[in-house]
Amino acid sequence: MDILKLLNAMPGAVSQGLIWGIMAIGVYITYRVLDVADLTVDGSIATGGAVAAMLILNGCNVYLALLAAFAVGLLCGFVTGIFHTAMGIPAILAGILTQLALYSINLRIMGGKANTAISANKYDLVVSLRDARSLSLNNPIIILVIFTAVLIVALYMFFGTEYGSALRATGANTQMARAQGINTNHGKVVGLMLSNGLVALAGALLAQYQGFADVSMGRGAIVIGLAAVIIGEVVFGKVFKAFGGKLTAVSIGAVIYYIVMQVVLWLGLNTNDLKMLTALIVALFLAIPYWKGKLYSVRAGRKEVKKHA
Amino acid sequence: MLELRGISKTFNPGTITEKRALSDLSLHLNPGDFVTVIGGNGAGKSTMLNAVAGVFNVDAGSILIDGVNVTRLPEHKRAAMLGRVFQDPMIGTAATMNIEENLALAYRRGQRRTLRWGIKPKEREEYRDLLAMLGLGLEDRMTSKVGLLSGGQRQALTLLMATLKQPKLLLLDEHTAALDPKTAANVLGLTQKIIAENHLTALMITHNMKDALQYGNRTIMMHEGTVILDIDAETKKSIGIEDLLAMFEKASGKELANDRMLLG
Repeated sequence: MDILKLLNAMPGAVSQGLIWGIMAIGVYITYRVLDVADLTVDGSIATGGAVAAMLILNGCNVYLALLAAFAVGLLCGFVTGIFHTAMGIPAILAGILTQLALYSINLRIMGGKANTAISANKYDLVVSLRDARSLSLNNPIIILVIFTAVLIVALYMFFGTEYGSALRATGANTQMARAQGINTNHGKVVGLMLSNGLVALAGALLAQYQGFADVSMGRGAIVIGLAAVIIGEVVFGKVFKAFGGKLTAVSIGAVIYYIVMQVVLWLGLNTNDLKMLTALIVALFLAIPYWKGKLYSVRAGRKEVKKHA
Repeated sequence: MLELRGISKTFNPGTITEKRALSDLSLHLNPGDFVTVIGGNGAGKSTMLNAVAGVFNVDAGSILIDGVNVTRLPEHKRAAMLGRVFQDPMIGTAATMNIEENLALAYRRGQRRTLRWGIKPKEREEYRDLLAMLGLGLEDRMTSKVGLLSGGQRQALTLLMATLKQPKLLLLDEHTAALDPKTAANVLGLTQKIIAENHLTALMITHNMKDALQYGNRTIMMHEGTVILDIDAETKKSIGIEDLLAMFEKASGKELANDRMLLG
């Protein structure tokens, strides 16, 4: 085992982690802020990638392509939101339906092909893995850190406004929100839109970074997003308590996830087994808060018994 | 202030669990009325409050608040006119948001939520004074998460939130039932004070017969989804709990059966 090989792979892992961190911030908005598990993201991340790839291929400005991906992501979230609120479909199923539909739509966007390449040598991409180890301002790590920071500040400000507070209340306590005159259905749709907008943006960045958009690039995306959210909470839960800090923790959580994956691959794991490993890791991290709770109540119970003995 | 005209509601119609919860219920509240509501299990007390609040649409009849027909208005739109406190202290506040954020949400009830900052510094001063009035020391914990408060503190906060923007009608759904007797008495005292100071119109469900007689200027009794007895302020002063139970039995032909009923 060559440690240099691992170190060489690290910049790539960090870049990928940062891109998935943006996606995970989108997941955080639905999963934690709105308290909805939204599976649309598996489709909308690929939609973002497909839209950006096709636009760039047709000579569109790369930043404009990112913006377009974000806008299409909003639309994906809107569809899930309407399925959920106007048609009364449970959120998780509404997301699955949109995700399935998006598979066809993504193929349509890419002209019937499952894969569209955008070469960093031909187009002036925002980020590319070609530059992952370069010591210049083109390095994706620098660009992505700036991107993420701007995004977190913008989201922090948005969720601090009257409207943003109403969205947080919708997720925290729907009954209370309605009693305070908040249209909770409206809020859920907007939250789902914002979330999928960010996820599609991450998809657009990912397509540029890896040099292609693929119809199945979003498979299991929700699990990676959840992994990032949960790792961030478990590792930084005691450090970051404010909203901006929590979003930062999510982004770092995604980076940690990719570093761990890289280490595991370096240790000799078969790439084909990665998804299973991810699922197991997420299951484990989801269980930790639950086990912690149980452990404390057992301890507290023992103390009580001693006190009364 | 509130006018219920023959409202009816049947849950799960056509199924084995069909339940006629409200049956041709009519009620008129004058401005400033503080009405206590009593009745047995399943009499429709909470259903009536929820119908007024718009949690569901009624099958028949109409609901007017301050002359405005709200029968088909969705819950969040009616909220502009209503203050609500629930039986479960967890429902009225957002646990993961802090005290001042909860108050700021309530302060904007019935207003368009814009992209302006969620709390203005000036509001904080106002909240501090109002919280101090509760006498629970919450004015020094304004940035604490509401989830850290006790049930009584949360109910007091919910009460404050319900009346922060003067409601046309305050709906109290057994809001002290989940509290210990001492805390319940405190919250009830507070309720009385807030209603009197702001000249509010209020409907308060209670399972405590003594409270029902002691508070408010009117008491109504419900049975099988409708009002069977309306007791005015004069009569309230002159009768005791025994008389109240006897009146119920006479009006309904049954004994008052409420498994949580408190007589004293």
